[in-house]
Amino acid sequence: MMRNRRRKIESTSHSGLFFSKDVARKNLLDQLKNYLRNHYLSLIDAIRRLSFEPLQSLATSFVVAIALSLPSTLYVAVMNLEKLGSRTETTTLITVFLEITASQLEIEKLQKSLLLDPNIASVKYISSQQGLDEFRMESGFGDILQMLDENPLPAVLLIQPQEIVKHNSDVIEKLSSKLKKKALISDIQVDIKWLQRLQAILAVGERLIFMLGAVLAFGVFIIIGNTVQLALESRNHEVIVVKLVGGTNSYIRRPFLYTGFWYGVIGGALAWALVAASLYWMSFPVTRLAELYQSSFQLKGLGFFGLTAMVAIGAGLGLMGAWLAVTRQLVAIEPE
Amino acid sequence: MIQFNKISKRYPSGHQALNDLSFELKPSEMVFLTGHSGAGKSTLLKLLMLMEKPTSGQLLVDGKNLNRIHRSQVPYYRRNIGVVFQNHQLLFDRSVFDNVALPLLVSGFQPREIGRRVRAALDKVGLLDKEKMNPIILSGGEQQRLGIARAVVHKPPILLADEPTGNLDTELSAEIMGLFQKFCEVGVTVLIATHDTDLVSSMGLRVLKLEKGTLAHDGQPI
Repeated sequence: MMRNRRRKIESTSHSGLFFSKDVARKNLLDQLKNYLRNHYLSLIDAIRRLSFEPLQSLATSFVVAIALSLPSTLYVAVMNLEKLGSRTETTTLITVFLEITASQLEIEKLQKSLLLDPNIASVKYISSQQGLDEFRMESGFGDILQMLDENPLPAVLLIQPQEIVKHNSDVIEKLSSKLKKKALISDIQVDIKWLQRLQAILAVGERLIFMLGAVLAFGVFIIIGNTVQLALESRNHEVIVVKLVGGTNSYIRRPFLYTGFWYGVIGGALAWALVAASLYWMSFPVTRLAELYQSSFQLKGLGFFGLTAMVAIGAGLGLMGAWLAVTRQLVAIEPE
Repeated sequence: MIQFNKISKRYPSGHQALNDLSFELKPSEMVFLTGHSGAGKSTLLKLLMLMEKPTSGQLLVDGKNLNRIHRSQVPYYRRNIGVVFQNHQLLFDRSVFDNVALPLLVSGFQPREIGRRVRAALDKVGLLDKEKMNPIILSGGEQQRLGIARAVVHKPPILLADEPTGNLDTELSAEIMGLFQKFCEVGVTVLIATHDTDLVSSMGLRVLKLEKGTLAHDGQPI
Protein backbone atom coordinates (compact mmCIF):
# COMPACT_ATOMS: atom_id res chain seq x y z
CA MET A 1 0.00 0.00 0.00
CA MET A 2 2.68 2.42 1.13
CA ARG A 3 4.91 1.33 -1.69
CA ASN A 4 2.14 1.88 -4.24
CA ARG A 5 1.51 5.34 -3.00
CA ARG A 6 5.17 6.12 -3.14
CA ARG A 7 5.44 4.87 -6.70
CA LYS A 8 2.55 7.12 -7.62
CA ILE A 9 4.35 10.15 -6.24
CA GLU A 10 7.48 9.20 -8.10
CA SER A 11 5.64 8.80 -11.36
CA THR A 12 4.19 12.28 -11.10
CA SER A 13 7.63 13.80 -10.63
CA HIS A 14 9.36 15.46 -13.54
CA SER A 15 12.72 13.81 -13.50
CA GLY A 16 11.89 10.40 -12.13
CA LEU A 17 15.13 10.64 -10.16
CA PHE A 18 13.53 12.19 -7.15
CA PHE A 19 12.66 10.28 -4.02
CA SER A 20 13.67 6.90 -5.29
CA LYS A 21 15.13 5.57 -2.09
CA ASP A 22 18.54 5.21 -3.62
CA VAL A 23 19.44 5.69 -7.23
CA ALA A 24 22.71 3.84 -6.93
CA ARG A 25 21.27 0.61 -5.58
CA LYS A 26 19.97 -1.71 -8.21
CA ASN A 27 19.25 -5.08 -6.69
CA LEU A 28 19.47 -6.95 -3.44
CA LEU A 29 22.91 -8.41 -4.10
CA ASP A 30 24.35 -5.01 -4.96
CA GLN A 31 22.75 -3.64 -1.82
CA LEU A 32 24.31 -6.35 0.29
CA LYS A 33 27.71 -5.81 -1.35
CA ASN A 34 27.43 -2.09 -0.72
CA TYR A 35 26.41 -2.64 2.85
CA LEU A 36 29.34 -4.97 3.51
CA ARG A 37 31.80 -2.68 1.76
CA ASN A 38 30.55 0.22 3.83
CA HIS A 39 31.10 -1.78 6.99
CA TYR A 40 34.53 -2.84 5.86
CA LEU A 41 35.49 0.77 5.08
CA SER A 42 34.21 1.95 8.47
CA LEU A 43 36.11 -0.83 10.22
CA ILE A 44 39.35 0.13 8.50
CA ASP A 45 38.70 3.84 8.98
CA ALA A 46 38.19 3.31 12.71
CA ILE A 47 41.54 1.50 13.04
CA ARG A 48 43.25 4.17 10.96
CA ARG A 49 41.92 6.89 13.24
CA LEU A 50 42.94 4.99 16.38
CA SER A 51 46.46 4.69 14.97
CA PHE A 52 46.63 8.47 14.43
CA GLU A 53 46.84 8.92 18.18
CA PRO A 54 48.40 5.65 19.31
CA LEU A 55 49.18 6.75 22.88
CA GLN A 56 45.73 8.04 23.58
CA SER A 57 44.09 5.00 22.01
CA LEU A 58 46.32 2.69 24.00
CA ALA A 59 45.59 4.61 27.21
CA THR A 60 41.85 4.21 26.73
CA SER A 61 42.27 0.53 25.86
CA PHE A 62 44.35 0.06 29.00
CA VAL A 63 41.69 1.61 31.21
CA VAL A 64 39.20 -0.79 29.65
CA ALA A 65 41.65 -3.66 30.17
CA ILE A 66 42.17 -2.87 33.85
CA ALA A 67 38.43 -2.64 34.44
CA LEU A 68 37.90 -5.99 32.71
CA SER A 69 40.86 -7.72 34.35
CA LEU A 70 39.70 -7.14 37.95
CA PRO A 71 36.58 -9.33 37.83
CA SER A 72 38.44 -11.78 35.58
CA THR A 73 41.20 -12.19 38.16
CA LEU A 74 38.61 -12.83 40.85
CA TYR A 75 36.95 -15.34 38.55
CA VAL A 76 40.25 -17.16 38.05
CA ALA A 77 40.83 -17.19 41.82
CA VAL A 78 37.41 -18.67 42.56
CA MET A 79 37.75 -21.17 39.72
CA ASN A 80 41.07 -22.37 41.11
CA LEU A 81 39.75 -22.64 44.66
CA GLU A 82 36.83 -24.69 43.35
CA LYS A 83 39.27 -26.95 41.57
CA LEU A 84 41.28 -27.25 44.76
CA GLY A 85 38.16 -28.14 46.76
CA SER A 86 37.21 -30.96 44.43
CA ARG A 87 40.57 -32.74 44.33
CA THR A 88 40.78 -36.28 45.75
CA GLU A 89 43.41 -35.44 48.34
CA THR A 90 41.06 -32.94 49.90
CA THR A 91 37.91 -35.02 49.88
CA THR A 92 35.71 -35.68 52.82
CA LEU A 93 37.01 -38.30 55.16
CA ILE A 94 35.21 -39.87 58.09
CA THR A 95 37.50 -40.98 60.88
CA VAL A 96 35.97 -43.74 63.03
CA PHE A 97 37.52 -44.39 66.45
CA LEU A 98 36.90 -47.95 67.66
CA GLU A 99 36.46 -49.19 71.22
CA ILE A 100 39.78 -50.21 72.77
CA THR A 101 38.24 -53.54 73.61
CA ALA A 102 37.30 -54.40 70.06
CA SER A 103 38.88 -57.62 68.84
CA GLN A 104 40.61 -58.08 65.51
CA LEU A 105 37.81 -60.35 64.27
CA GLU A 106 35.05 -57.92 65.23
CA ILE A 107 36.87 -55.10 63.45
CA GLU A 108 37.25 -57.13 60.27
CA LYS A 109 33.54 -57.96 60.37
CA LEU A 110 32.64 -54.28 60.84
CA GLN A 111 34.92 -53.29 57.99
CA LYS A 112 33.22 -55.77 55.65
CA SER A 113 29.72 -54.64 56.65
CA LEU A 114 30.66 -51.01 56.12
CA LEU A 115 31.84 -51.73 52.59
CA LEU A 116 28.32 -52.93 51.79
CA ASP A 117 26.98 -49.42 52.36
CA PRO A 118 26.40 -47.86 48.91
CA ASN A 119 27.62 -44.46 50.12
CA ILE A 120 31.03 -45.75 51.16
CA ALA A 121 33.81 -46.09 48.65
CA SER A 122 36.61 -47.48 50.80
CA VAL A 123 37.53 -48.30 54.38
CA LYS A 124 41.10 -48.20 55.56
CA TYR A 125 42.10 -49.85 58.83
CA ILE A 126 44.78 -48.38 61.04
CA SER A 127 45.54 -50.52 64.12
CA SER A 128 46.33 -48.90 67.45
CA GLN A 129 49.98 -49.94 67.04
CA GLN A 130 50.20 -48.33 63.60
CA GLY A 131 48.63 -45.19 65.02
CA LEU A 132 51.15 -45.09 67.83
CA ASP A 133 54.07 -45.55 65.44
CA GLU A 134 52.82 -42.74 63.20
CA PHE A 135 52.28 -40.45 66.17
CA ARG A 136 55.71 -41.19 67.53
CA MET A 137 57.31 -40.38 64.20
CA GLU A 138 55.41 -37.22 63.43
CA SER A 139 54.91 -35.59 66.81
CA GLY A 140 58.37 -35.94 68.26
CA PHE A 141 56.86 -37.00 71.61
CA GLY A 142 58.23 -40.52 71.30
CA ASP A 143 60.07 -40.34 74.65
CA ILE A 144 56.94 -39.42 76.56
CA LEU A 145 54.98 -42.23 74.93
CA GLN A 146 57.57 -44.73 76.10
CA MET A 147 56.76 -43.76 79.66
CA LEU A 148 53.22 -45.06 79.22
CA ASP A 149 52.42 -48.65 80.19
CA GLU A 150 50.05 -49.35 77.41
CA ASN A 151 49.01 -47.86 74.05
CA PRO A 152 46.38 -45.17 74.75
CA LEU A 153 45.39 -44.86 71.08
CA PRO A 154 42.33 -46.63 69.74
CA ALA A 155 42.27 -48.45 66.41
CA VAL A 156 40.90 -46.29 63.62
CA LEU A 157 38.90 -46.82 60.40
CA LEU A 158 39.27 -44.17 57.70
CA ILE A 159 36.11 -44.08 55.61
CA GLN A 160 36.14 -42.55 52.15
CA PRO A 161 32.61 -41.74 50.96
CA GLN A 162 31.56 -42.32 47.34
CA GLU A 163 32.54 -39.61 44.84
CA ILE A 164 28.92 -38.54 44.21
CA VAL A 165 27.96 -38.01 47.84
CA LYS A 166 31.13 -36.56 49.29
CA HIS A 167 30.01 -32.95 48.77
CA ASN A 168 26.48 -33.68 49.91
CA SER A 169 26.50 -32.76 53.57
CA ASP A 170 23.05 -34.32 54.19
CA VAL A 171 24.21 -37.77 53.13
CA ILE A 172 27.45 -37.45 55.07
CA GLU A 173 25.55 -36.33 58.16
CA LYS A 174 23.16 -39.29 57.93
CA LEU A 175 26.02 -41.69 57.37
CA SER A 176 27.89 -40.43 60.39
CA SER A 177 24.90 -40.62 62.71
CA LYS A 178 24.30 -44.20 61.52
CA LEU A 179 27.93 -45.03 62.27
CA LYS A 180 27.72 -43.51 65.75
CA LYS A 181 25.02 -46.00 66.75
CA LYS A 182 27.21 -49.04 66.09
CA ALA A 183 28.36 -50.84 69.22
CA LEU A 184 32.04 -51.12 68.32
CA ILE A 185 32.41 -47.42 67.49
CA SER A 186 33.26 -45.07 70.32
CA ASP A 187 33.44 -41.82 68.38
CA ILE A 188 33.59 -40.43 64.87
CA GLN A 189 35.01 -37.30 63.33
CA VAL A 190 33.90 -35.81 60.05
CA ASP A 191 36.17 -33.28 58.44
CA ILE A 192 33.50 -31.85 56.17
CA LYS A 193 33.33 -28.52 57.97
CA TRP A 194 36.28 -26.94 56.18
CA LEU A 195 34.88 -28.02 52.84
CA GLN A 196 31.53 -26.44 53.70
CA ARG A 197 33.33 -23.26 54.67
CA LEU A 198 35.31 -23.27 51.44
CA GLN A 199 32.13 -23.69 49.47
CA ALA A 200 30.48 -20.85 51.39
CA ILE A 201 33.47 -18.63 50.66
CA LEU A 202 33.29 -19.57 46.99
CA ALA A 203 29.60 -18.70 46.91
CA VAL A 204 30.47 -15.26 48.31
CA GLY A 205 33.25 -14.99 45.73
CA GLU A 206 30.86 -15.77 42.91
CA ARG A 207 28.50 -13.04 44.02
CA LEU A 208 31.44 -10.69 44.28
CA ILE A 209 32.45 -11.49 40.69
CA PHE A 210 28.96 -10.62 39.50
CA MET A 211 28.79 -7.41 41.50
CA LEU A 212 32.27 -6.24 40.60
CA GLY A 213 31.75 -7.40 37.03
CA ALA A 214 28.51 -5.46 36.66
CA VAL A 215 29.96 -2.28 38.16
CA LEU A 216 33.13 -2.41 36.10
CA ALA A 217 31.26 -3.36 32.92
CA PHE A 218 29.21 -0.23 33.43
CA GLY A 219 32.50 1.64 33.88
CA VAL A 220 33.83 0.30 30.56
CA PHE A 221 30.56 1.29 28.92
CA ILE A 222 30.94 4.84 30.24
CA ILE A 223 34.65 5.14 29.36
CA ILE A 224 34.15 4.02 25.78
CA GLY A 225 30.98 6.08 25.39
CA ASN A 226 32.79 9.17 26.63
CA THR A 227 35.82 8.62 24.39
CA VAL A 228 33.61 8.10 21.37
CA GLN A 229 31.62 11.20 22.21
CA LEU A 230 34.83 13.25 22.27
CA ALA A 231 35.82 11.76 18.91
CA LEU A 232 32.42 12.71 17.53
CA GLU A 233 32.68 16.25 18.85
CA SER A 234 36.07 16.70 17.21
CA ARG A 235 34.53 15.64 13.91
CA ASN A 236 31.52 17.92 14.23
CA HIS A 237 32.13 19.68 10.94
CA GLU A 238 32.51 16.43 9.03
CA VAL A 239 29.22 15.16 10.46
CA ILE A 240 27.47 18.33 9.31
CA VAL A 241 28.90 18.07 5.80
CA VAL A 242 27.93 14.40 5.54
CA LYS A 243 24.42 15.28 6.67
CA LEU A 244 24.22 18.02 4.05
CA VAL A 245 25.17 15.70 1.20
CA GLY A 246 22.57 13.14 2.28
CA GLY A 247 24.37 10.78 4.66
CA THR A 248 21.98 8.86 6.89
CA ASN A 249 22.41 8.73 10.64
CA SER A 250 23.45 5.09 10.46
CA TYR A 251 26.11 5.97 7.89
CA ILE A 252 27.49 8.63 10.24
CA ARG A 253 27.18 6.38 13.25
CA ARG A 254 29.00 3.40 11.76
CA PRO A 255 32.68 4.46 12.03
CA PHE A 256 32.10 5.57 15.62
CA LEU A 257 30.52 2.24 16.48
CA TYR A 258 33.63 0.55 15.14
CA THR A 259 35.81 2.88 17.20
CA GLY A 260 33.97 1.67 20.32
CA PHE A 261 34.20 -1.89 19.04
CA TRP A 262 37.98 -1.67 18.65
CA TYR A 263 38.49 -0.11 22.08
CA GLY A 264 36.52 -3.03 23.52
CA VAL A 265 38.35 -5.69 21.51
CA ILE A 266 41.82 -4.33 22.29
CA GLY A 267 40.84 -3.75 25.92
CA GLY A 268 39.50 -7.31 26.24
CA ALA A 269 42.63 -8.84 24.73
CA LEU A 270 44.87 -6.68 26.94
CA ALA A 271 42.86 -7.69 30.01
CA TRP A 272 43.34 -11.34 29.12
CA ALA A 273 47.08 -10.73 28.75
CA LEU A 274 47.16 -8.98 32.14
CA VAL A 275 45.43 -11.92 33.83
CA ALA A 276 47.67 -14.42 32.04
CA ALA A 277 50.80 -12.50 33.05
CA SER A 278 49.80 -12.31 36.72
CA LEU A 279 48.92 -16.01 36.70
CA TYR A 280 52.32 -16.83 35.27
CA TRP A 281 53.92 -14.68 37.95
CA MET A 282 51.87 -16.46 40.65
CA SER A 283 52.34 -19.98 39.34
CA PHE A 284 55.84 -20.58 40.82
CA PRO A 285 55.02 -19.82 44.47
CA VAL A 286 51.70 -21.65 44.13
CA THR A 287 53.38 -24.77 42.77
CA ARG A 288 55.97 -24.57 45.55
CA LEU A 289 53.21 -24.25 48.14
CA ALA A 290 51.37 -27.21 46.63
CA GLU A 291 54.55 -29.28 46.71
CA LEU A 292 54.87 -28.66 50.43
CA TYR A 293 51.41 -30.17 50.80
CA GLN A 294 52.41 -33.13 48.59
CA SER A 295 49.96 -31.86 45.99
CA SER A 296 50.37 -31.61 42.24
CA PHE A 297 47.97 -28.67 42.16
CA GLN A 298 48.62 -26.13 39.40
CA LEU A 299 46.96 -22.81 38.64
CA LYS A 300 44.46 -22.89 35.80
CA GLY A 301 44.26 -19.87 33.49
CA LEU A 302 41.47 -18.43 31.36
CA GLY A 303 42.53 -20.29 28.24
CA PHE A 304 41.40 -19.67 24.68
CA PHE A 305 37.75 -19.70 25.67
CA GLY A 306 38.48 -17.00 28.24
CA LEU A 307 40.23 -14.88 25.61
CA THR A 308 37.27 -15.22 23.26
CA ALA A 309 34.82 -14.39 26.01
CA MET A 310 36.75 -11.33 27.20
CA VAL A 311 37.17 -9.96 23.69
CA ALA A 312 33.47 -10.57 23.02
CA ILE A 313 32.44 -8.87 26.27
CA GLY A 314 34.74 -5.94 25.52
CA ALA A 315 33.44 -5.62 21.97
CA GLY A 316 29.82 -5.77 23.12
CA LEU A 317 30.32 -3.13 25.82
CA GLY A 318 32.26 -0.94 23.38
CA LEU A 319 29.54 -1.14 20.75
CA MET A 320 26.80 -0.37 23.26
CA GLY A 321 28.70 2.54 24.80
CA ALA A 322 29.51 4.01 21.40
CA TRP A 323 25.98 3.53 20.12
CA LEU A 324 24.46 5.31 23.08
CA ALA A 325 26.95 8.20 22.93
CA VAL A 326 26.63 8.72 19.18
CA THR A 327 22.87 8.36 19.02
CA ARG A 328 22.41 10.86 21.82
CA GLN A 329 24.80 13.31 20.21
CA LEU A 330 23.78 12.89 16.58
CA VAL A 331 20.42 14.54 17.04
CA ALA A 332 22.14 17.60 18.46
CA ILE A 333 24.49 18.03 15.49
CA GLU A 334 22.37 19.54 12.75
CA PRO A 335 23.57 21.81 9.96
CA GLU A 336 22.64 25.45 10.49
CA MET B 1 10.18 21.85 -10.06
CA ILE B 2 10.13 24.07 -6.98
CA GLN B 3 6.88 25.60 -5.82
CA PHE B 4 6.44 27.97 -2.87
CA ASN B 5 2.79 28.32 -1.81
CA LYS B 6 2.14 31.07 0.76
CA ILE B 7 5.24 30.11 2.71
CA SER B 8 5.85 31.87 6.02
CA LYS B 9 8.66 31.23 8.42
CA ARG B 10 8.76 32.69 11.90
CA TYR B 11 11.64 31.71 14.18
CA PRO B 12 11.00 30.93 17.85
CA SER B 13 12.76 34.21 18.66
CA GLY B 14 9.86 36.02 16.98
CA HIS B 15 11.78 37.03 13.88
CA GLN B 16 9.60 36.79 10.77
CA ALA B 17 12.08 35.57 8.13
CA LEU B 18 9.63 34.83 5.31
CA ASN B 19 6.13 36.19 4.91
CA ASP B 20 3.49 34.71 2.61
CA LEU B 21 5.95 33.88 -0.15
CA SER B 22 4.71 32.32 -3.42
CA PHE B 23 6.62 31.58 -6.62
CA GLU B 24 7.54 28.70 -8.89
CA LEU B 25 10.70 27.51 -10.61
CA LYS B 26 10.39 25.45 -13.77
CA PRO B 27 12.69 22.50 -14.49
CA SER B 28 16.07 23.50 -15.92
CA GLU B 29 15.48 27.13 -15.06
CA MET B 30 18.32 29.25 -13.69
CA VAL B 31 17.17 31.94 -11.27
CA PHE B 32 18.89 34.50 -9.02
CA LEU B 33 17.72 35.17 -5.50
CA THR B 34 18.71 38.63 -4.32
CA GLY B 35 18.08 40.93 -1.40
CA HIS B 36 19.91 42.51 1.49
CA SER B 37 21.33 40.32 4.17
CA GLY B 38 18.52 39.42 6.51
CA ALA B 39 15.95 39.59 3.73
CA GLY B 40 15.36 35.84 4.01
CA LYS B 41 17.61 34.37 1.29
CA SER B 42 19.33 31.93 3.64
CA THR B 43 16.06 30.90 5.24
CA LEU B 44 14.62 30.17 1.82
CA LEU B 45 17.56 27.93 0.94
CA LYS B 46 17.36 26.23 4.33
CA LEU B 47 13.71 25.39 3.72
CA LEU B 48 14.69 23.77 0.42
CA MET B 49 17.42 21.78 2.17
CA LEU B 50 15.00 20.72 4.91
CA MET B 51 17.26 22.32 7.47
CA GLU B 52 14.21 24.31 8.55
CA LYS B 53 10.47 23.75 8.25
CA PRO B 54 8.05 26.52 7.22
CA THR B 55 5.67 27.81 9.89
CA SER B 56 2.85 27.82 7.36
CA GLY B 57 2.33 27.24 3.67
CA GLN B 58 3.18 24.49 1.24
CA LEU B 59 6.56 23.83 -0.29
CA LEU B 60 6.51 21.40 -3.21
CA VAL B 61 9.70 20.05 -4.74
CA ASP B 62 9.31 17.86 -7.79
CA GLY B 63 5.64 17.43 -6.89
CA LYS B 64 6.31 16.31 -3.33
CA ASN B 65 5.19 18.24 -0.28
CA LEU B 66 8.24 18.77 1.90
CA ASN B 67 6.10 19.00 5.04
CA ARG B 68 5.26 15.34 4.61
CA ILE B 69 8.83 14.08 4.46
CA HIS B 70 9.64 12.08 7.54
CA ARG B 71 12.87 12.84 9.39
CA SER B 72 14.33 9.50 8.41
CA GLN B 73 13.72 10.32 4.73
CA VAL B 74 15.54 13.66 4.86
CA PRO B 75 18.96 12.22 3.81
CA TYR B 76 17.40 10.57 0.75
CA TYR B 77 15.73 13.85 -0.17
CA ARG B 78 18.99 15.77 0.18
CA ARG B 79 20.72 13.44 -2.27
CA ASN B 80 18.61 15.06 -4.97
CA ILE B 81 19.94 18.53 -4.26
CA GLY B 82 23.42 19.84 -4.83
CA VAL B 83 24.46 22.73 -2.64
CA VAL B 84 27.31 25.18 -3.08
CA PHE B 85 28.12 27.00 0.13
CA GLN B 86 29.67 30.40 0.56
CA ASN B 87 32.17 28.97 3.04
CA HIS B 88 32.69 25.90 0.80
CA GLN B 89 32.14 23.37 3.64
CA LEU B 90 35.15 21.36 2.49
CA LEU B 91 36.86 18.74 4.61
CA PHE B 92 40.56 19.39 5.04
CA ASP B 93 41.37 15.96 6.46
CA ARG B 94 41.10 14.37 3.01
CA SER B 95 42.12 14.91 -0.60
CA VAL B 96 40.30 16.84 -3.30
CA PHE B 97 39.16 13.53 -4.78
CA ASP B 98 37.73 12.28 -1.49
CA ASN B 99 35.87 15.55 -0.91
CA VAL B 100 34.09 15.21 -4.24
CA ALA B 101 33.48 11.49 -3.66
CA LEU B 102 31.59 12.09 -0.40
CA PRO B 103 28.05 12.44 -1.84
CA LEU B 104 28.58 9.26 -3.88
CA LEU B 105 30.02 7.40 -0.91
CA VAL B 106 27.07 8.15 1.34
CA SER B 107 24.67 7.05 -1.41
CA GLY B 108 26.46 3.73 -1.82
CA PHE B 109 27.91 3.97 -5.31
CA GLN B 110 30.30 1.31 -6.62
CA PRO B 111 34.00 2.27 -6.29
CA ARG B 112 34.57 2.17 -10.06
CA GLU B 113 31.54 4.38 -10.65
CA ILE B 114 32.77 6.77 -7.94
CA GLY B 115 36.18 7.12 -9.63
CA ARG B 116 34.60 7.76 -13.02
CA ARG B 117 32.10 10.34 -11.79
CA VAL B 118 34.50 12.18 -9.49
CA ARG B 119 37.01 12.61 -12.31
CA ALA B 120 34.26 13.76 -14.67
CA ALA B 121 33.13 16.37 -12.12
CA LEU B 122 36.70 17.52 -11.42
CA ASP B 123 37.35 17.78 -15.15
CA LYS B 124 34.26 19.98 -15.57
CA VAL B 125 35.55 22.48 -13.00
CA GLY B 126 39.16 22.22 -14.22
CA LEU B 127 40.66 20.61 -11.13
CA LEU B 128 41.44 17.17 -12.53
CA ASP B 129 45.20 17.62 -12.06
CA LYS B 130 44.72 18.45 -8.36
CA GLU B 131 42.72 15.41 -7.26
CA LYS B 132 45.42 14.15 -4.87
CA MET B 133 46.02 17.51 -3.20
CA ASN B 134 44.62 18.64 0.10
CA PRO B 135 41.97 21.32 -0.55
CA ILE B 136 43.58 23.59 2.07
CA ILE B 137 46.34 24.55 -0.38
CA LEU B 138 43.87 25.51 -3.12
CA SER B 139 43.09 29.16 -3.85
CA GLY B 140 39.70 30.66 -3.00
CA GLY B 141 38.42 30.26 -6.54
CA GLU B 142 39.67 26.68 -6.72
CA GLN B 143 38.01 25.85 -3.42
CA GLN B 144 34.75 27.26 -4.73
CA ARG B 145 35.07 25.17 -7.89
CA LEU B 146 35.78 22.14 -5.76
CA GLY B 147 32.59 22.86 -3.83
CA ILE B 148 30.71 22.99 -7.13
CA ALA B 149 32.23 19.69 -8.26
CA ARG B 150 31.01 18.09 -5.05
CA ALA B 151 27.56 19.62 -5.47
CA VAL B 152 27.07 18.20 -8.96
CA VAL B 153 29.00 14.92 -8.83
CA HIS B 154 25.86 12.87 -8.13
CA LYS B 155 23.94 14.70 -10.91
CA PRO B 156 21.20 16.20 -8.78
CA PRO B 157 18.15 17.67 -10.54
CA ILE B 158 18.39 20.77 -8.35
CA LEU B 159 21.44 22.93 -7.61
CA LEU B 160 21.35 25.56 -4.88
CA ALA B 161 24.16 28.07 -4.38
CA ASP B 162 24.55 30.46 -1.45
CA GLU B 163 26.75 33.45 -2.38
CA PRO B 164 28.96 31.30 -4.60
CA THR B 165 30.95 34.31 -5.78
CA GLY B 166 31.11 36.02 -2.40
CA ASN B 167 34.88 36.27 -2.12
CA LEU B 168 35.83 36.12 -5.79
CA ASP B 169 36.85 38.80 -8.27
CA THR B 170 34.75 39.59 -11.34
CA GLU B 171 36.64 37.32 -13.69
CA LEU B 172 36.40 34.28 -11.42
CA SER B 173 32.73 35.07 -10.72
CA ALA B 174 31.95 35.05 -14.41
CA GLU B 175 33.76 31.73 -14.74
CA ILE B 176 31.66 30.20 -11.95
CA MET B 177 28.45 31.55 -13.49
CA GLY B 178 29.47 29.98 -16.78
CA LEU B 179 29.70 26.64 -14.99
CA PHE B 180 26.22 27.05 -13.52
CA GLN B 181 24.83 27.87 -16.94
CA LYS B 182 26.31 24.69 -18.33
CA PHE B 183 24.51 22.64 -15.69
CA CYS B 184 21.32 24.50 -16.42
CA GLU B 185 21.66 23.58 -20.09
CA VAL B 186 21.75 19.86 -19.25
CA GLY B 187 18.47 20.11 -17.31
CA VAL B 188 19.45 21.11 -13.78
CA THR B 189 17.27 23.65 -11.98
CA VAL B 190 19.66 26.24 -10.53
CA LEU B 191 18.87 28.74 -7.77
CA ILE B 192 21.64 31.17 -6.84
CA ALA B 193 21.42 33.43 -3.82
CA THR B 194 23.66 36.48 -4.21
CA HIS B 195 23.85 40.18 -3.45
CA ASP B 196 26.20 40.85 -6.34
CA THR B 197 23.83 43.10 -8.34
CA ASP B 198 26.33 43.79 -11.13
CA LEU B 199 26.65 40.10 -11.81
CA VAL B 200 22.88 39.59 -11.74
CA SER B 201 22.15 42.38 -14.20
CA SER B 202 24.93 41.25 -16.55
CA MET B 203 23.46 37.74 -16.81
CA GLY B 204 19.96 38.88 -17.80
CA LEU B 205 18.23 35.97 -16.08
CA ARG B 206 15.07 35.85 -13.95
CA VAL B 207 15.54 37.47 -10.54
CA LEU B 208 13.61 36.94 -7.33
CA LYS B 209 14.17 39.87 -4.99
CA LEU B 210 13.35 39.47 -1.33
CA GLU B 211 12.64 42.37 0.99
CA LYS B 212 11.92 41.73 4.66
CA GLY B 213 10.71 38.24 3.87
CA THR B 214 8.35 39.13 1.05
CA LEU B 215 8.79 38.93 -2.70
CA ALA B 216 9.56 42.48 -3.90
CA HIS B 217 10.34 41.66 -7.50
CA ASP B 218 10.02 38.63 -9.81
CA GLY B 219 11.28 38.87 -13.39
CA GLN B 220 14.07 40.41 -15.47
CA PRO B 221 16.68 42.43 -13.57
CA ILE B 222 15.70 46.05 -13.08
